[in-house]
Amino acid sequence: MVGHTNSPIIEVAARWLAPAIQLIGIYVFFHGHYGPGGGFQGGVLLAAGVLLLRMSMGAIPSQAQVSSRAAVILCALGALIFLGTGLAALSGGYFMDYEALPVSWFDGPGMRYYGILFIEVGITIAVMTGLIAIYDDLLGINNARDN
Amino acid sequence: MKVFQFFLLAVLAAMLFYTVLELPPRGDLDAPSNRLVSLAETQVAGPYYIQNAYADAKTPNMVAVILADYRSVDTLGEVVVVFAGMMVCFFILRRRPW
Repeated sequence: MVGHTNSPIIEVAARWLAPAIQLIGIYVFFHGHYGPGGGFQGGVLLAAGVLLLRMSMGAIPSQAQVSSRAAVILCALGALIFLGTGLAALSGGYFMDYEALPVSWFDGPGMRYYGILFIEVGITIAVMTGLIAIYDDLLGINNARDN
Repeated sequence: MKVFQFFLLAVLAAMLFYTVLELPPRGDLDAPSNRLVSLAETQVAGPYYIQNAYADAKTPNMVAVILADYRSVDTLGEVVVVFAGMMVCFFILRRRPW
């Protein structure tokens, strides 16, 4: 099995650390609106939590959280969320002009507020799953049962 | 030869420290990057962002507004770079069945 440790200390420590790292990652992502933080940093922290489990628990048990196949699909989905938001704004204005998005729930600055939040969601998903997919490819991990 | 290398490094370090000491202090209104109008009499970007970021996007973090709104095409390029790296690793290294 790829990347499995035999030490119970590392396994128990990683079991407690990985959710904490992911929680901090979500905090850093949402804190991007009010201070240092944002999609890239939060995505890297979320990926670090998953990769800690990949390294300590082994490749197969940690597939339950984010599988190798879902990582590839979600990375494309995150990039598409960003690009799709920009293209949707083309319907009433310029590329990436969130005020021109074809919804009318908020006023102009409110649309920009939620537009920024929405594309940061896309950045977080793309960065997190992109790093996981690169790690899995480098170590030859996939969903097949023989590794 | 080694003496010459150390001498070259010392000269470069002296130039660097001299330049750093000559930088204007933070928040200096007369510094070129903080002026409203540049020497070429065009509007400077930094003061515009500081004055208009919150009014434009209602987001307290100015950096997030610049990164994701004013300069969002650049950020889209960064995400595409991450995605392209993932796709290169996927097509070259991933074993079948994926």
